[in-house]
Amino acid sequence: MSQNYGTKRIVTGAHYGLRDWLAQRVTAILMALFTIVLLLQVIVGEPVSYDKWAGIFSAQWMKTLTFVVILAMLYHVWVGVRDIFMDYIKPVGIRLSLHVFAIVWLVGCAGWAIQVLWRL
Amino acid sequence: MADNTKTPRPVFRNIHVTDLASYRLPLAGVVSILHRISGALMFLLMPFIIWMFDTSLTTEISYDQFTAVFAAGCADGAIPGWFFKLIALGLIWAYLLHFIAGMRHLLMEMTHSYSKEQGKSTAVVTLVLSSGLTVVLGAKLFGLF
Repeated sequence: MSQNYGTKRIVTGAHYGLRDWLAQRVTAILMALFTIVLLLQVIVGEPVSYDKWAGIFSAQWMKTLTFVVILAMLYHVWVGVRDIFMDYIKPVGIRLSLHVFAIVWLVGCAGWAIQVLWRL
Repeated sequence: MADNTKTPRPVFRNIHVTDLASYRLPLAGVVSILHRISGALMFLLMPFIIWMFDTSLTTEISYDQFTAVFAAGCADGAIPGWFFKLIALGLIWAYLLHFIAGMRHLLMEMTHSYSKEQGKSTAVVTLVLSSGLTVVLGAKLFGLF
């Protein structure tokens, strides 16, 4: 295997965006499926109450699925906002600041969401 | 090396903000920019989304607080309930449009099927479906049925 890191890293060529592009699609499908699974549980049966709503997220499989979807959302939104900043924000300093803001914002939100899920 | 200075390479830039008003965007372009705007909106309102997730789920008491905010507002009605409903409706619209526009992308990429006509017709479907569902859910949210 040829070395592709450090001073010998190949910095020319294509396909650098492929992984993020693909990840955005895969996470989108995951979130879409989650939406359908959640909607079905909300619609079927009695009208929504606290017990029903909390019951949906209490099931272990739903907790695990929601956890994965939160992480998927984190990555999906990161790729999305990064694209927006890359397209419209040219000065490097401002772009870097916005990237840092986006990461703090998203990791903070994901942490909060997981915390809600964890203690349920 | 020196040739680079002799033949200036073409530069492609985004259109300038001042061009926006006179720039006629095709419907596929409208869906494209709305896809971005809806995504950015959900990104910015994410703390509100997680707050709804938190209060609606954590305890029965917090669930009552959650429903009260939409019914009676917060800070003794200084921020009225309809304002929160309006934000929720904005999020519903953003989610629906982003969802359907995303499906449109996946469909194009999986079928490798692109044409000007198809771009327009699927854009119309995206706009009509997302707006229609937003109106129906908005009517439900504001208690019209």
